[in-house]
Amino acid sequence: MTTYTEYLKERREQEWREELRKKLKGKERTDQPRVHMPEVDPNERVKSQTVEVNLGLGREEAIKEASRCMDCVNPTCIEGCPVGINIPEFIKNIEREEFSLAAKTLKMYNALPAVCGRVCPQEKQCESKCFYTIKLNKPAVAIGYLERFAADWERESGSMDVPQCAPSNGIKVAAVGSGPSSLSFAGDMVKLGYDVTVFEALHEIGGVLKYGIPEFRLPNRMVDVELDILKKMGVKFVTNFIVGRTASFEQLKEEGFKGFFVGSGAGLPRFMNIPGENYNGIMSSNEYLTRVNLMGANNDEFDTPVLRGKNVAVIGGGNTAMDSVRTAKRLGAERAMIVYRRSRVEMPARVEEVKHAEEEGVEFLNLTNPIEYFADEKGRVNKMRLQLMELGEPDASGRRSPVEIPGATQDIDVDLVIVAVGVSPNPLIPASLPDLKVSRWGTIEVNDGMQSSIPVLFAGGDIVRGGATVILAMGDGRNAAKSMHEYLSDQKD
Amino acid sequence: MNRIVEKEFFSENVVKLVVEAPLIAKARKPGNFVILRVSENGERIPLTIAGADVEKGTITLIAQKVGVSTEKLAALNVGDSLIDLVGPLGKATDIHKVGTVLCCGGGVGVAPLLPIVEGFKKAGNRVVSVLAARSKDLIILEDEVRKWSDEVIVMTDDGSHGRKGLVTQGAEEVILREKIDECIAIGPAIMMKFTSLLTKKYNIPTQASLNAMMVDGTGMCGACRVSVGGKTKFTCVDGPEFDAHQIDFDELMMRLGGYKSEEKEAFEIYNKMLDCKI
Ligand SMILES: Cc1cc2nc3c(=O)[nH]c(=O)nc-3n(C[C@H](O)[C@H](O)[C@H](O)COP(=O)(O)OP(=O)(O)OC[C@H]3O[C@@H](n4cnc5c(N)ncnc54)[C@H](O)[C@@H]3O)c2cc1C
Ligand code: SF4
Ligand code: FES
Repeated sequence: MTTYTEYLKERREQEWREELRKKLKGKERTDQPRVHMPEVDPNERVKSQTVEVNLGLGREEAIKEASRCMDCVNPTCIEGCPVGINIPEFIKNIEREEFSLAAKTLKMYNALPAVCGRVCPQEKQCESKCFYTIKLNKPAVAIGYLERFAADWERESGSMDVPQCAPSNGIKVAAVGSGPSSLSFAGDMVKLGYDVTVFEALHEIGGVLKYGIPEFRLPNRMVDVELDILKKMGVKFVTNFIVGRTASFEQLKEEGFKGFFVGSGAGLPRFMNIPGENYNGIMSSNEYLTRVNLMGANNDEFDTPVLRGKNVAVIGGGNTAMDSVRTAKRLGAERAMIVYRRSRVEMPARVEEVKHAEEEGVEFLNLTNPIEYFADEKGRVNKMRLQLMELGEPDASGRRSPVEIPGATQDIDVDLVIVAVGVSPNPLIPASLPDLKVSRWGTIEVNDGMQSSIPVLFAGGDIVRGGATVILAMGDGRNAAKSMHEYLSDQKD
Repeated sequence: MNRIVEKEFFSENVVKLVVEAPLIAKARKPGNFVILRVSENGERIPLTIAGADVEKGTITLIAQKVGVSTEKLAALNVGDSLIDLVGPLGKATDIHKVGTVLCCGGGVGVAPLLPIVEGFKKAGNRVVSVLAARSKDLIILEDEVRKWSDEVIVMTDDGSHGRKGLVTQGAEEVILREKIDECIAIGPAIMMKFTSLLTKKYNIPTQASLNAMMVDGTGMCGACRVSVGGKTKFTCVDGPEFDAHQIDFDELMMRLGGYKSEEKEAFEIYNKMLDCKI
């Protein structure tokens, strides 16, 4: 068996890649500046919840950016990608204008490149390990932009074909939840010939990709196209079905399901348990984003309401916080503020989202932490008290931990507060399966093959990792499909 | 799927719907609820399951018109289908044999109360039910409650049916008369608050089923949070029933009022739309 390194080497030695490397001198490649992503003007884009901020690279821009990539002997970028995409190969395919092959290369490892190209924290992953970053101290090759370009090109050119599936083996398997982990699991299993059903508790398929991440960052049609293909491949989707409530695992087993993949996500929002947190006008980012993204509350034609605010504070520094604060801006907030207890460098959000938020006029109250809320006579929040912080010693995560400055507080006027301080694993599944081993934090425990303490049950994504990323969730789904296939094949013999 | 097979108006604003939902009918227990959507752009509405017929594969829902969404729901007819229906949600009522159970229902709260009354009776308890509403036409499901109760006391604000007075008056009489081992209260928040204060005075363990505002109903959003014993709980997954003596009813009432102005506005838009259609 060849190792992945050997495989990469073989691919690198293909004639076309050798040729392409010779086309430009090293310096001609490295002297080029990194491409800029064309964006909609901040003043324009804040008027719409659905206009995508990033416009995507044009054909020429993409080819030029692809030519920056050195096609390194030792492509360190791949080490930074959680699913080990053959990054140089897809980029070199763009350089030689074989866009469809570029997309195919991506899809060998990543079921949702159009999504990951948009939402992966590239600056912490592939791009942080790029030769330009680590050796040249120059801006990395725009791997994320190129990934998005190839995937978008394939979709828009209509050359997205339905992958071939093995002849049906008649074995029924189920995916619980319809987030990225379940979708990638479903795609791989249906290709192997399984009869796959995806069960989703909500009325829409897509998990966080639909109810969480707003359209100005990830248009719904990106997800819908993928869903269409999965449907054409034969995956069945059942909405409004809560596994463990609408029917138990036992009942599903009786109906012939032989294997289960749980991708139920980390749905439970955390609050801070500080005085006044249950006043009206204070809600979780999940509630805020669900009302807007899933229930259409920003649109008069939909019945679901959402509270609007003039002075909106969003607590937290992650992607969820950025999505919420930018949504607030789009819903007409005069002041949209991030309240974050650490400083800018410690923010877990994607760098690009922070940049976009800033451009859109979001204020950053860094090194502040809410300690109490106050309300008017009707119970609507009207003020929050902030504890001012400073950075102390690094904590377990290596980030400098925030410490209170004794006695330093500040009151600010707010009429809407969105709490985005993290989520806990969804307890629905563990609660319905007493034998399932879960960690202290409520995440499902799995082995390297994503198999849980119940042999027919595999799990991945946020329910295993706590809050993680789309690409990790997707990688888990793939990994689980592979090991479930092995497991079920062994059972047959 | 989700087809309405029976519809009946209990009063101008209270409607009963029997809906095809075989899986939910089979899985539901007293205390569980469902979430439904009437149409593509509709809200997610939580409704307690008032009853189910496993053989026919149907569940019974009772809704009061309070806003756009429930108005649209009440406008559906037999043969129409709900676009979305999911459940059963929430924890089931802890039904056991305790002795004598006092079941207090206010307004449409009698609908969720009914399966609980039935459950306690079947578990071998003596059940005394107190049904209360503003007036006669707002007393619902009286015959059904009677079927599973040893005694039913009806109270109306205006005395148009049963006795004139509040639910607490009826309940207190029973408490003074005989030993009550447990009390269940379901109805408007204010009614549950006062019933709870009453039973606290007499040290009777009491459960109340909360009608908090909800979005997903699966623990994902926290819209339904309530304070119970000083801790924040999510009504949809930790409830809907809680120890009434621990519930912060004032906070619940404040939170229920949170979307009042938005709802009023939506209702006005909806009515205008209807006017246009005519
Ligand atoms: C606002 C927001 C922004 C984010 N931004 C980014 C980003 O920019 N980049 C990035 O990489 N990551 C981001 N993330 C994180 C990323 O979205 C998640 O890590 C990823 O979606 C997890 O995927 P999953 O498959 O585990 O589950 P989810 O996407 O969480 O989906 C789980 C689904 O399972 C359903 N479900 C739960 N229980 C049951 C049941 N019993 N039966 C049936 N269905 C059930 C739920 O309704 C849900 O739809 C963001 C998250 C949020 C909330
Ligand atoms: S999937 Fe993410 S980490 Fe991997 S190459 Fe694409 S952007 Fe980089
Ligand atoms: S309704 Fe969303 S958590 Fe309860």
